[in-house]
This record gives sequence, C-alpha cells and structure tokens, in this order.
Amino acid sequence: MDILRMTELYKRFGDQEVLRGLTLSVPEHSIYGFIGKNGAGKTTTMKMILGLLKADSGSIVVHGEPVVYGQTSTNQYLGYLPDVPAFYSFMTAREYLHFCGKMTGFKKAEGEARSQELLELVGLGDEKHRIRGFSRGMKQRLGIAQALLNRPKLLICDEPTSALDPVGRKEILDILVAAREQTTVLFSTHILSDVERICTDVAFLNNGVVEIQGKLSDIKTRYRSREYCIETENEEDLLALRQAFPAMKPLDQNSLTFCEDALSPFDALRFVSDKQIPLRKLERMEPSLESLFLEVAQK
Amino acid sequence: MKSLIVFINKELCEQYRSGRMVILGIVFILLGIMNPAIAKLTPWLLEAMADSLAESGMIVTDVTVSAMDSWVQFYKNIPMGLIAFLLLESSIFTKEYASGTLILSLTKGLARYKVVVSKSVVLTILWTVCYGMCFGITYGYNAYFWDNATAQNLFFSVFCWWLFGVLTIALTVLFSTLLRSNSGVLLGVGGTILVCYLVGLLPQAAKIMPTRLLETTPLLHGASLPNTYMIAILSTAILGLLCFILSIPLFNKKQL
Repeated sequence: MDILRMTELYKRFGDQEVLRGLTLSVPEHSIYGFIGKNGAGKTTTMKMILGLLKADSGSIVVHGEPVVYGQTSTNQYLGYLPDVPAFYSFMTAREYLHFCGKMTGFKKAEGEARSQELLELVGLGDEKHRIRGFSRGMKQRLGIAQALLNRPKLLICDEPTSALDPVGRKEILDILVAAREQTTVLFSTHILSDVERICTDVAFLNNGVVEIQGKLSDIKTRYRSREYCIETENEEDLLALRQAFPAMKPLDQNSLTFCEDALSPFDALRFVSDKQIPLRKLERMEPSLESLFLEVAQK
Repeated sequence: MKSLIVFINKELCEQYRSGRMVILGIVFILLGIMNPAIAKLTPWLLEAMADSLAESGMIVTDVTVSAMDSWVQFYKNIPMGLIAFLLLESSIFTKEYASGTLILSLTKGLARYKVVVSKSVVLTILWTVCYGMCFGITYGYNAYFWDNATAQNLFFSVFCWWLFGVLTIALTVLFSTLLRSNSGVLLGVGGTILVCYLVGLLPQAAKIMPTRLLETTPLLHGASLPNTYMIAILSTAILGLLCFILSIPLFNKKQL
C-alpha cells in the first residue's frame, strides 16, 4: 500500500512555476530518497504534504486521507523534520519532547517513557542544557526525536544531512535506517552518497516533475549501461585484444571498454580463454546515481 | 482542549523564562507605588518650590492632597504601563513566524485556532494580573493614607481602562495574523487607536469611540455618569470580539 500519493501537483510563486504536475507514490516501509537540485521544489512539495503550503491544483493523500491546506488532521500520521528545525530554545530537550508528547495526546507516563526512549535513540539521553546552546547536529538529532514521537506512519525529513559534518551525517543516516522498522521515511537530499547508502526507493525531481521514480535497484537495472570494462595483467595482451576486436576502445593504461551492441562479451571471453590471457577483471559498468542525476538534470 | 492547555502552559513558561513576566511585574508594581507616592510628595514639592513660585506671582498656601490626586495620577501612569506591555508583547506571534517554531507544533496536529486562542488568553491574563496589581497597590496605599471613597465610580472607571487594554490586545492579535513583522503590528495597533482618537474628536462620534473609555477623570469627580459610557463599552467589546474572531480564519490561511 502507498502511504503517500501525490497526483498532478502544480505550484507557482509569482511568475516562477515550481511544480508542473508532480506525481509521486511512496510505498510503505521504504526509505524514499527525494532527489533534486537546489531550488527544484523539494521543500515546497514537503510543505504541501504537511498542509503548510497551498497547491495551485492537484491532490495529496496521506494514509488514505486527503490533505487540506491550513488543516492539520492528516499530520497525525506524519513526522516532520525541517531543513533547519526551530525549537523553543528556552526549554530543555526533554521538556520539548514532553511538550510535543502532551500535544499529541500522550498520557504523562507514556510521554515520559517515549521521550526517554527517543532521547536515547538520538544520543541526547543525558543532555540537561536548554536547547539554546545546542549545536546544529544536536538540533538535527532532537528534530528526528520529535518527528518520531507520535510513531508516525511517514517520517518526512527535509535535507537532514546537508549541513552536517561526516560524523553527524553518519549518525543521522543510522537513525533513519533504525527508524525504518517502525515507519516509512521520505527524505529530500542532493547528497547522492547518502541515497546510495540507505535508500530503497528514489525519485528525481527536475523542472517541476518527477523524471524517474521507483526502486533503487530497478532503476539501476533499467539504466544499467551496456558498457563493459576489461582489464588485463600485461599491456601486450591489451594490444592483442584491440587488434582482434576493433570495437574495444582504450579506457586507461590497463583497460579497455566496449559496448555490448558492438561486441558480445562472450566473444571477448572466448578469445581470452583461447589465448590464456590473465585477466584482472571484466565488469559491467554500474551507472552511478551521479551520472543518472546529471543525465536527468541536463534534460 | 488538552493541547490548548499545553500550549497555554508553554506560553506562560516562555513569558517567565524570557524574563518578560518579571519586567512587566516590576513596571506595574513601580507604577502602582508611584501613584500614591507622587500624591504624597506633592505638598512637599510645592513647598520646596514656593520661593520660585512666589517670584512668578503664585503663592503656595495650605496644600491638601487626597486619594483623588493619587487616582488621577493612576490614570496618567497607566498608559505608560500599557505601552510597555505592548512593546514587550507585540512580538508574541511574529517571533514565532521568524524562527519557524510554530511549524513543528502545527505538524504535531495542533489546530491552528488554538494558537490564536492560547496567545490571546495568555495576553489577557497577563494584562489583567499586571493591571490588577498596579490597581491593588495604589488602592492599598490610598486606603492607608486617605480615603478611597472620595473618588467616585472608581471600580467602573478601572473597568473602562481594563477593557481598553483588552481591545489593544485584540488588535495586537489581529495585526499579528495579518502581518509578519513586529514593527508592523505596533504600527497597526497604534494607528488604529490614533484613528479612534481622531474620530472621537468629532462631537457626534465622541460617545461611541473606544477612546471615550480613557476619559476617567470626570467619572472620578462625578462629573460624568457611568451610563454615558455604555455605548463606548459596547462598541469596544464588539470591536475587540470581532478582532479575535476575525483572527482565526486569517491565521488558518496564513502561510508559515
């Protein structure tokens, strides 16, 4: 079942059309990477899901319930971490979670237990200071804790790792992976290594529409290149290969590349086997998300 | 209901921890003490200035002060208190817009109208407590030094000024749902009161305008009767209520 479905979303700010018919479905228990350039409309889309921005047209359905701008009833299914989360800085982390818990309708004991559990999950269990003195990473972690508080069906994170150092990023990604057991995660980012690390599904947003979406593994298969790379121990063997197969092009000093359409890899393997050429590797080149991203972005 | 109380508690906690509650308390207590103190010091001040006054042809004879002088002083000082109150509290919404703190509360499912209601309630409670404190202190000293009975329609006039304070709160809430900046809110509230004052200068409109509620001295002297203030009370109450009611749909549609 899809936890979130957006159909034909349009949004215009002045003369700038940000979304032009965005359609996207997020399946349950996925970690969904929402990828796009800065200014592609990722935050706009997320704010619409939360009913904080009004779409010009189109529909958003969360857990089977339509989202209405200015109303907050669908937000009971959602947890939200903004790109720069802002808390009441006069409270401590624990007080803030209690405040959120009481607002969500937790009983006192239940709220306290849940707060404690989450503070430990995000590594703020022993933090006694007011939020005023928190670092960016600590605020981001508290942000995840508050977003997970009401056991949301969908956790929405807006560029949760963009402003963090590598340690902070790893911590946040680990928390998101841990959160997947309980919820679905939709997170926007332009850091592709984060996506490759944890995402099960991805969507590329470009020019206001979703250009590619689906399971990360499917997308990689679909866009799998037909390029192969062959690397030998000795340079002489490389020369022999080139002479036998003119379709092979040099890639670097020790390797050649060829396209499946021009030369069957089995023919190449037969030649290698006949001539007893020691190989370092023969590999089908994986498309990187980066090359996909660039391909989409340049369209 | 529960989330409303939680949000009201959060507002009160913020008022306390940000120090605004303490500052307002100090301001209104000082004002409360100043009223009888100035009345009490008047004879002494005039005596000290008797020589220079005599030179300009004024002769100071026996100066007597009563609770009335203290109450007149009370109504001269309370505008300062209200201005301090507005300066400190006009950012109650705009600060949350600027920092984005409301977004997380709203995404927790807090209904938007509850934000408007809880902030309005907290402001009204604060105003009532501060104003009440100032009044209570002045009343206590006056009863000790003189006799409060010399001031007529005392509680009625006190109510008039309190109601005017509530109207300014309603205006603050309304302009906060319309505008994003603190200075805009202050200008809006100040501008509306100025318009009321200017329209109130016209004899035909004088009795209807909320600024009529500020004319408390004739009430104390018994020169005006309370029933001549009824229309102004009614118009102030209606205007205030309209501001509160209008704020809710406006805030519902506000982009945060």
